[in-house]
Amino acid sequence: MANAAKMQVTDEVAIQITAMNKWYGQFHVLRDINMTVNRGERIVVCGPSGSGKSTLIRCINRLEEHQAGTIIVDGTELTSDLKNIDKVRSEVGMVFQHFNLFPHLTILENLTLAPIWVRKTPKREAEETAMYFLEKVKIPEQALKYPGQLSGGQQQRVAIARSLCMKPRIMLFDEPTSALDPEMIKEVLDTMISLAEDGMTMICVTHEMGFAQAVANRVVFMDQGQIVEQNEPKEFFANPKSDRTKLFLSQILGH
Amino acid sequence: MSNSHFVRTQILPAQKPPVGQTGVIKWMRENLFSSWFNTILTFIGLWAVYALISSSAPWFLNGVWTASSVDECRAIIAASAGEGASGACWAMINERWHQFMFGFFDREEYWRPLLAFALLFVALSPVLYFNLRRPTMIMTGGAGAVLVVLLWAVGTDGWHLSLAAAVMAALAVLAWVAPKQLLWATLAFPATAFFLLWGGSVWAPIGVMAGFGIAVLVWRGLQGLIGVTPAAAVAAFAACVWWGFLQTYVTTVLAQALPYFSLPAEDSDRFGGFLLSFVIGVSAISASLPIGILLALGRRSDMFLIKTLSVGFIEFVRGVPLITMLFTASLLLQYFLPPQTNFDLILRVIILVSLFASAYIAEVIRGGLAALPRGQQEAADSLGLDYWQAQRLIIMPQALKVAIPGIVSSFIGLFKDTTLVALVGLADPLQGITKVVKADIAWKAAYWEPFIFVGAIFFIFCFSMSRYSMYLEQKLKTDHR
Amino acid sequence: MAMVSDAPKGNFRLSMLVYDTRYRSITIQVIVLGLFIAFVAWLLMNLQANLAAKDKDISYNFLFNRAGYDIDQQLIPYTNDSTHGRALFVGLFNTLAVSIAACFAATLIGVTAGVLRLSKNWIVGRLMTVYVEVFRNVPLLLWILLAFSIFAQVMPEPKDFKVTQEMVDQGLAPPSQKIFFDSIAITNRGTNVPAPILDRPLGSFSVLDVPINLSVLAAIAVIWGSFWVNSRIRASAKAIQEDTGIRPVTWWKSLLVLIVPITALLFALGFHWEIPAFAADENGVSKGFNFVGGISLAHSFTALFLALSIYHGTYITEAVRGGILAISRGQTEAAYALGMRPNRTMNLIILPQALRVIVPPLISQYLNITKNSTLGMAISYLDLKGTLGGITLNQTGRELECMLLMMLIYLILSLTISVGMNIFNNSVKLKER
Repeated sequence: MANAAKMQVTDEVAIQITAMNKWYGQFHVLRDINMTVNRGERIVVCGPSGSGKSTLIRCINRLEEHQAGTIIVDGTELTSDLKNIDKVRSEVGMVFQHFNLFPHLTILENLTLAPIWVRKTPKREAEETAMYFLEKVKIPEQALKYPGQLSGGQQQRVAIARSLCMKPRIMLFDEPTSALDPEMIKEVLDTMISLAEDGMTMICVTHEMGFAQAVANRVVFMDQGQIVEQNEPKEFFANPKSDRTKLFLSQILGH
Repeated sequence: MSNSHFVRTQILPAQKPPVGQTGVIKWMRENLFSSWFNTILTFIGLWAVYALISSSAPWFLNGVWTASSVDECRAIIAASAGEGASGACWAMINERWHQFMFGFFDREEYWRPLLAFALLFVALSPVLYFNLRRPTMIMTGGAGAVLVVLLWAVGTDGWHLSLAAAVMAALAVLAWVAPKQLLWATLAFPATAFFLLWGGSVWAPIGVMAGFGIAVLVWRGLQGLIGVTPAAAVAAFAACVWWGFLQTYVTTVLAQALPYFSLPAEDSDRFGGFLLSFVIGVSAISASLPIGILLALGRRSDMFLIKTLSVGFIEFVRGVPLITMLFTASLLLQYFLPPQTNFDLILRVIILVSLFASAYIAEVIRGGLAALPRGQQEAADSLGLDYWQAQRLIIMPQALKVAIPGIVSSFIGLFKDTTLVALVGLADPLQGITKVVKADIAWKAAYWEPFIFVGAIFFIFCFSMSRYSMYLEQKLKTDHR
Repeated sequence: MAMVSDAPKGNFRLSMLVYDTRYRSITIQVIVLGLFIAFVAWLLMNLQANLAAKDKDISYNFLFNRAGYDIDQQLIPYTNDSTHGRALFVGLFNTLAVSIAACFAATLIGVTAGVLRLSKNWIVGRLMTVYVEVFRNVPLLLWILLAFSIFAQVMPEPKDFKVTQEMVDQGLAPPSQKIFFDSIAITNRGTNVPAPILDRPLGSFSVLDVPINLSVLAAIAVIWGSFWVNSRIRASAKAIQEDTGIRPVTWWKSLLVLIVPITALLFALGFHWEIPAFAADENGVSKGFNFVGGISLAHSFTALFLALSIYHGTYITEAVRGGILAISRGQTEAAYALGMRPNRTMNLIILPQALRVIVPPLISQYLNITKNSTLGMAISYLDLKGTLGGITLNQTGRELECMLLMMLIYLILSLTISVGMNIFNNSVKLKER
């Protein structure tokens, strides 16, 4: 079923993070992060809470500022230059734990807002794209409702569609399923898997280890603000090298 | 892929942020000079602070604390700070602070309002802290300690000072031994405070409280026989009979038989200053709480008539200015009471202000009720509790807890609004007392000092209360998580 | 009755009135109604007895009698020969004047201070906190009296603005100067502000003794027209944006449409400001005792206006701050992640949501401003409370009539504002499941 041809990873570098450090005041949140993500790669980041995984992916579209090292996204280095930030943000889509849909706009307006105002797309074209992606996440019939009228799972799928409408080349997922009821997790994961099959570059912070095993090329384990171990999913789950990884895996898998 | 396998063997230690990322420089760059617009704002802000301080500081610093008139103040300032310098004449406050605080109350009797004020905190403590031993004890003890200092400061004689200290010590011990029993002090507070403030025979307030006692006894006795609501009606009737026909007779007899317990009577027109503000504010808020609860329940009731009456009352009161209520008290109330009924203006004002406050309290409590999950009412119903039991045991304790910050805010508003009673001729601290003080030729020329003194006291009370209510709100948020 | 017949007659017992849920609420309501009617009847009987004892009746005829007192601030023509009824309207208009002016100013202050309080600038944020806490925790009456005292005690006398022969000879300036580009003179008697004057006015006509100024009507029509045209321009810009994706630049068109027509009208009508000044001889030496020309605002108005706006501005500040803070950080982040700039995020995402939170407390502040304008009584501002509830009441002795009528008018004002608020709330309510 998995579209193997499209899921190929290329050699082209999408994201290059070198010796990146970040502090909150005196607190050292991210310590010497080095990471390369190739185009088409699907990476799952996991780790205990407070390990800095969310902060890491929020640095990639500069929702958080890093203080040392470099982050290069699609050939653009993230500095305080607004033009670069705009460029990166329009290339990188992000899905949040709490959906963050705009409650005062309809689903369709949520999806067309950024294409119209940022991409300068004509409204009709933006609406067509929006409907295309709504169908892709399987809720076109909800287009004229408001976010408050949808279930959590539906809202998260809308949020994914909203990001896709900007035609991003990279997608970041910040614990997309942890605010959802169990029966809704599957519908969101299915959407993410179909996205992976289309060859999207994805970095996903999640605790869904089934998803990691099925889709990821690489699993990155973080603790205390640093990357402790990364490996292909099979190796990572079967043969964790570091003690911290073993402990973490035993806690989330071994009931 | 080059980096697909990676294991860190050595955990990196936390490091200090690079220079320029911390410390004063970074703080200033982020908080004062982050953009050109921000930099301009910073300079405007600094200029405003400088202008404020440079224009007012000399006036405050040149202030004179001891003098017998404004002219003498001016002479002293001219001598010390040079001709033409301006300065505050705090001597006026020094001489007349007691009028701002107590109005025209007898100076020897200042211990009475002060003790009543301290007892207010004792009465509040079981309500605010839900009978917890430690905070109740601290509040009672603290109020006692402050009371002793205040009594000493106003020059109370040793006998009354020790009496007050003994009462507070006894209550503090009670709070420690049996914090739940302190609720009796809360229930007895209205009569106690009335007795302390107005004086006269102790039997009159006891008689009024006895009416409530009779009502409770009758209700307890009858509710098993004829049901809760009819029993309440009979109890209310019994209390009315007591107050209307028996009380005066019984208390007069008692006062003649046991004439020992009485305090020198203080007329209402001696009340003034912050004493008046507190008397009106505290009694109006306490009276408005039960009325407000009933109105809030009425507004949520399914019964059309009761809902209409409640909504009508609440919206009417909230729609008219407080001043019209005060003038109703001073001009209109006499038209609607039986002819020849004539009672004190302060009491009339308190009644009308209570009605005014109850509409606002009702809305606050309605907010508290709305914050409760629907399941609470359903759970109470499913346990077989009747309406009043459910309200008393399940709904109200929770709704009131949520509503406390709102009630405190209402009290702050009401406390500030007590200055309006000057407009119907009462001696509030702001206008009434200031007029009295400035009628003295010596202080006639002091324009700003009364404003600043009265304003500062209002600020201290209102600011601390609003901070307290913010603290409660914060605590509620965390409690409910 | 219909409900009683629902129950089988044979089973009906008297005790069911109390214990049966079907009848219980009716029983209770009947009892309450009875008590309520008894209470009202008791009040009315007392009223009747009291009126009889004082030999009074209830009559509103006094409203058509001569008032006989002067009102220094009048928005409709009034002399002391006018009726009490007209005095009532002068008072009502004064209430509305100070309330509306204070609502505008308080909103301006509140929005500015609220935004500044949220700014990243530490010193400005702190200053705004101090402003809010100081003004909010001290009674409004104090601020009204203080503002009035400052005007009446600190401000210079009109004669301090005069230029004498000596000053002309020696090239000196008078001890006091007008402020704001030499146009506003604040004296201890009043604030003299420039008056708008038309050289070629369109004239006016009267409806029920209230003059209606055609020039003002024309100006309103032109401004309304300009806004209408502007809205058309914006609509067409929106249509173009929807078509092509690119929004045409319209700000200069809007500016032109909004400014040019009204300027042309004012020019045609010969508009200019009449600056208050002393009459002067050819040497520049002032004559007379007070300013000539312009409008003299009484201190009672200015002080009440200032105190109301600054005091209620603090509450609006808190409402604005609370409204913006109520929008979760996630909304901003989501907008940023979609590539939106901060300004656009504010306009498209934060403000539309924050307004829903801000407007209800804002309107309730407008309500409070209107009600608190009655405090002007303390500095003899003749609003509704000052005329109908003050001088008229004292002169006619009709306490009952005056107080009831006054309460009714305030009630109508308040209810109008609340109805407006409810309509707004329902129209912007977020749709939820």
